[in-house]
Amino acid sequence: MEITFKILRFDPDKDKKPYYRKYTVKVEPGMTVLDGLNEIKWRQDGTLSYRRSCRSAICGSCAMTINGVNRLACNTQILLLKRKTIVVEPLRRFPVIKDLIVDMDDFFEKIAIIKPYLIANSPAGPRERFQSPEDRKLLDEAVICILCGACTSSCPSYWYNKNYLGPASLFKAYRFIFDSRDEGTEERLRIISDRDGLWRCHSIFNCVEACPKSLNPTYAIAELKKKIVTTKL
Amino acid sequence: MIHHQHDIVIIGAGLAGLRAALETSQVADTAVLSKVFPTRSHSGAAQGGIAASLANASDDSWEVHMFDTVKGSDYLGDQDAIEILVKEAPATVIEFEHMGVPFSRNPDGTIAQRRFGGHSRPRACYAADYTGHVLLHTLYEQCIKHGVNFYSEFYVVSLIMNKGNCCGVVALDIIGGELHIFHSKAVMFATGGYGRAYKITSNAHANTGDGLSIVYRIGIPIEDMEFVQFHPTGLYQHGILVTEGARGEGGYLLNRDGERFMKRYAPEKMELAPRDLTARAEQTEINEGRGIDGKDYILIDLRHLGAEKIMERLPQIHDLALSFVGVDCIKEPVPIQPTAHYSMGGIPTNKHGQVVIDKDNTPVKGLYAAGECACVSVHGANRLGTNSQLEASLFGRRTGKTMAEFLQREEGFTPLPEDAAKPAEEEIAAILGNEGKESVAQIREELQVSMMDNCGIFRDEKKLQKELEIIKGLQERYKHIHIDDKGKRCNTDLIDALELGHLLDFVEVIVAGALNRTESRGSHYRTDYPKRDDENWLKHTLAYRTDKGPRFDYKKVVITRYQPTERKY
Ligand SMILES: Cc1cc2nc3c(=O)[nH]c(=O)nc-3n(C[C@H](O)[C@H](O)[C@H](O)COP(=O)(O)OP(=O)(O)OC[C@H]3O[C@@H](n4cnc5c(N)ncnc54)[C@H](O)[C@@H]3O)c2cc1C
Ligand code: SF4
Ligand code: FES
Repeated sequence: MEITFKILRFDPDKDKKPYYRKYTVKVEPGMTVLDGLNEIKWRQDGTLSYRRSCRSAICGSCAMTINGVNRLACNTQILLLKRKTIVVEPLRRFPVIKDLIVDMDDFFEKIAIIKPYLIANSPAGPRERFQSPEDRKLLDEAVICILCGACTSSCPSYWYNKNYLGPASLFKAYRFIFDSRDEGTEERLRIISDRDGLWRCHSIFNCVEACPKSLNPTYAIAELKKKIVTTKL
Repeated sequence: MIHHQHDIVIIGAGLAGLRAALETSQVADTAVLSKVFPTRSHSGAAQGGIAASLANASDDSWEVHMFDTVKGSDYLGDQDAIEILVKEAPATVIEFEHMGVPFSRNPDGTIAQRRFGGHSRPRACYAADYTGHVLLHTLYEQCIKHGVNFYSEFYVVSLIMNKGNCCGVVALDIIGGELHIFHSKAVMFATGGYGRAYKITSNAHANTGDGLSIVYRIGIPIEDMEFVQFHPTGLYQHGILVTEGARGEGGYLLNRDGERFMKRYAPEKMELAPRDLTARAEQTEINEGRGIDGKDYILIDLRHLGAEKIMERLPQIHDLALSFVGVDCIKEPVPIQPTAHYSMGGIPTNKHGQVVIDKDNTPVKGLYAAGECACVSVHGANRLGTNSQLEASLFGRRTGKTMAEFLQREEGFTPLPEDAAKPAEEEIAAILGNEGKESVAQIREELQVSMMDNCGIFRDEKKLQKELEIIKGLQERYKHIHIDDKGKRCNTDLIDALELGHLLDFVEVIVAGALNRTESRGSHYRTDYPKRDDENWLKHTLAYRTDKGPRFDYKKVVITRYQPTERKY
């Protein structure tokens, strides 16, 4: 089946402003949007630029906007979208470097702000720290996050205030604050209770819809809010 | 040209590169270069687990782990290196836990362990089926904590040597398009595997084995390249991995008759036989017409594990099977086929991570390697699952330590030679200036398909000869490529072309090595020489580049505790 890919192109070295370019791709069942982009890049137009690596939804390289929704190109099947035209655009509100490649520096800096590493000062001893399966379960979702940016890019609070930490960063904070081995809760709660922290989340749930790993950052943020009110800082 | 100077330059931000960087960045000015953002490295795709004889799930010891690994390697693994691997494994995993890795847990709070192929005890420590993802992210988090200096999306094109010493690398900033010279006292390769030499692979697009060709081109040998691991369970037509952990948890392999055919190949271990044997069994079923509907795939059946266990232990597999082959593994068996997975061979190193250039293990000053791109060799002719993340982390750390010690002794920088960047500049200019008719994608496709056909699980002289001819033809055609993108910014067209150039160089060594080795051992199976031949071939291959193709030399296998015997499962 022939499908039209309408791709937002922009090379600031050459183009005055972004423009759409159409390509026709013969699509077989099972083909993903990434396969489609590859087909275009490899056989039609080598100048098209995008990030990809694992092609199995684990490296987080290929988040982009597909028919208006943030998704991973590599695990989105073209035919399941049930459209004759697929519109592909870079992740919203992240500065475009070229075509579908966006600048994620700010995104990663916001992750770094919340001290994304285990803080545990008590001596660990020669063996593993123990953690019950129930405690470990609290982290099931948060540790799966692949840092793809789809959630933060979809968040209206982030659109209106670029200083807002955003759902991915807060989700990472949750991952450590709710880790029974961690001792950095207060430090981190102080950071995220800042005016650009978690109170900017208005539970719009865009991030939940956007997350290609079916994770729920909004729930995590709600848990963090509860934690803050019950913790004396 | 932009110049940088750092004591240490590490190429690669997977488990090996990051673990080394953590070791060195405390004591020396370290830079990590990676063509993908660190957490995008393919270590993150590892699913099943990391081996250590913690004995949390049964009795276990490093001795048993060692024997399993030696036997798994078909006696080609160097036993001094294996002994280090298995003895330091528990400390490596415990250290990971202390860093914050969210391992799955037993009811008593200890790290959970599962069974894996070729291991006689349940010793795979895991986090559900995304173990590599959490190991990689945890190491990256530690690197943030310790302020490691990253150059993300930098593509290393060539190595700089002066009078036999390594003194830096030349890299292309993918985003900006400029060439950069990194002048250093030590360079470490941690560039990972090369599954992209094959059409069906579990590896990422980025896994093109660049590091192998970069060193091979300047006269450093590469070792045991004929040993390529095919994983028995790749999703049909995609090659995406279904972890061996799925069989570790109890999954069955079924042919068209619904038969658990492994009983005919490994009656004792069944589905948990090592990968070389299981992949061959599967390919035999397919070749003899017992694939599903007579096609080139079989099934892995997880249904009897039940929804709860599948969602708790194998959630990613559930997702992947749904997304890519449209199968809910709780309700239906999943179509699978063997997939090119892992490279046992690589850049030869000693136990300290120093790159060595001959059969006497003479080290190159300033050059190091660890992880999948290296060959120490702990995996010999066949790697056991979960030993590789262990190797990458553990030898990554050891190599970091060796480099840190080297820097204590080493005062100054070896001066850069004149025109240090010339080979890289010329290579890039040649690609950008070339107006030939050949397409990069077309050549790559022909390479991947032919490698699958002629240098896959079953090999023979005729097919390998043919593949050598094909590769020579493709190398010739590569000289006449053209690319569309001539710009600087994010020129991924150029990166594709550079990667293909790298692929075309080292694949010749795989094929020539396979042709050269007239025996069957581990993953290397010659239908015309189906027996292991210890008399002539209990030795490592070293391949050196010459204008007429690789020249081979050989290195002794280190045997300390376990003498070679027949390998049965
Ligand atoms: C799907 C899958 C599942 C696996 N599961 C397991 C498992 O359960 N247990 C286990 O033990 N092993 C497993 N393995 C194997 C194991 O994950 C790998 O061997 C190991 O992670 C490799 O780590 P590494 O650090 O050597 O390389 P990688 O993680 O591949 O990293 C390579 C790095 O080198 C960089 N690089 C490469 N070329 C260049 C260049 N030219 N310039 C700049 N940078 C460059 C890349 O950007 C990347 O950062 C699995 C492998 C795969 C593919
Ligand atoms: S929470 Fe989901 S959408 Fe957000 S970065 Fe993580 S994986 Fe991506
Ligand atoms: S390519 Fe890795 S997530 Fe899509």
